[in-house]
Amino acid sequence: MASIAINHEGAASAAVQHERSEARTAWLLATPAIVLLVLFVLLPVVAVLILGFTDFELGVGNIRFVGFENYTHLFGDRIFRKALWNTTLYTAIVAPVSILLGLGVAMLIEGEGWAKSFFRTAYFLPVVSLIVAMATVWQYLFHPTIGPINALAGLAGLPKLNWLGSSSTALYSLAIIGIWQSVGFNMVLFLAGLTAIPRELYAAAEIDGAKSSLDRFRLVTWPMLGPTTLFVVIISITNAVKTFETVKTLTDGGPNHASEVLLFTIYQEGFVYMKVGYASAMTVVFLAILVVLMFLQYRILDRRVHYT
Amino acid sequence: MREQSRLTPGRVLRLALLILGAIIFLAPYIFMISTAGKAQDDIFTAALSLIPQQFRYLENFSKALAKVDMGRLLWNGVLVCALIFFFQVIVAIPCAYAMAKLRFRAARTMMALVMLGLLVPIHATALPLYVGFDKLSLLNSYTALVAPFTISVFAIFLFLQFFRAMPDDLINAARLDGMSELGIISRVIVPNAWPAVTAFAIFSVVAHWNDLYWPLIVISKPQYATPPLGLMNFRAAEAGDDYGALMAATIIITIPLVAAYLFAQKRFVEGITMTGLKG
Repeated sequence: MASIAINHEGAASAAVQHERSEARTAWLLATPAIVLLVLFVLLPVVAVLILGFTDFELGVGNIRFVGFENYTHLFGDRIFRKALWNTTLYTAIVAPVSILLGLGVAMLIEGEGWAKSFFRTAYFLPVVSLIVAMATVWQYLFHPTIGPINALAGLAGLPKLNWLGSSSTALYSLAIIGIWQSVGFNMVLFLAGLTAIPRELYAAAEIDGAKSSLDRFRLVTWPMLGPTTLFVVIISITNAVKTFETVKTLTDGGPNHASEVLLFTIYQEGFVYMKVGYASAMTVVFLAILVVLMFLQYRILDRRVHYT
Repeated sequence: MREQSRLTPGRVLRLALLILGAIIFLAPYIFMISTAGKAQDDIFTAALSLIPQQFRYLENFSKALAKVDMGRLLWNGVLVCALIFFFQVIVAIPCAYAMAKLRFRAARTMMALVMLGLLVPIHATALPLYVGFDKLSLLNSYTALVAPFTISVFAIFLFLQFFRAMPDDLINAARLDGMSELGIISRVIVPNAWPAVTAFAIFSVVAHWNDLYWPLIVISKPQYATPPLGLMNFRAAEAGDDYGALMAATIIITIPLVAAYLFAQKRFVEGITMTGLKG
């Protein structure tokens, strides 16, 4: 700043003055945000990276740098590997199913004029419902002896399952809740995408010989929805990777770690067992996954700009 | 799209699918309302009958209200969400305005910081923040619940997009009228940014009303519990199967946000579409 002032001493015009006062105002306006950003985002992220190389445990006095010990330990840790696998499996179920159902419901609602807002509300309600509260309801629905789902299964002659209580079904039961919770959100995004498609395109496709609705979908709807779809895909995957609430409320990762997911393991190691160093290394892996997803999103958004 | 009024086979199939799906999606709510009115033995015998044999709503609701301090939970939820939203907006708007409409060298660096910040959820910063709050003896306080969320890079990002689209002439005219930059923000920018603020309000409230992770970490005293945390503790304490009282508590806690949504559906949907982000 000082050197600039000297250089321009001869020609200290009003414009320069004005520019400097504008920059000063801008700094003042941005300062609270910068301070908080550094305090609550940047520093903690740096701290997590550093803590991941230590054996820090809350309540234990000395901290030792252990290099990559946490990381080598991590990939030999059966519970962590189980958590990674469960998170992947959960995401591989919840993301595609909730995207396809979201798209399907959006297309049905868009094509059907009748009771449009009722249907939209019905499917969207889970998005604005307190998930911990609704998890309690789902626990009742899934109840092995008094639950309506098993009662229905009984009527249909299907075997009754211990949905949340058995290690072969716990993760799938949570996935069902996850799908129920996110279809409405995806539907709303697809509805917005569908309304943005110009009607003339359908008319044009019909003139060009696209007679069936399947043809119209393949030729017009699907390509025009491309950007929305890619966006929904990334958001759905990110949200599935961040799943925690239902696991914590309903299964506590059990039985026998069958529904242990990444965030639950981090929570357990860091805040229950107080192994901050080890949990920090896990957090770095979690962040790395988000970085990859974010990178994909940038590439996709980039392409989206070129298309439109 | 054309044969709207006639019942063609296609339309019947479409309606059937929509209605079936709607029933499945609403089923948890239907059972929630039904079970909240049932007596214990009624719950244990007839899982599929929706009408309670004797209406025990009063009993179950008073049991829920007696066992959990619902007023406290809801108040904590409202207070925490309101404080978070207030600080997020008051911090983000001036910053976004500076980045969008004023020339300063750090704008590019700020943009990079914002993009970086969008990537980092509370789950990633929780460990060091927890250690910090612990060292400052701030665990179990409203400060601990609110402080980490006072900065929302997403708010900065959203407002930035919105402000960029505002005409510079509007701001220059205000400057010629002798308005200060703060005056411009409060009297020109904010009133015009109302759609963005509303959209962000919906995003922020839905996210923080529902958040369990951070309150679970920093709060162990019931007097600071937020709705998700309070309900989780109630559930854990109620290890038996008193589903009547549990469902009553669930209804009380689910109502505020669902009611807000039903009152302002269009706004909610716009808000969700505009912010296009969750959690």
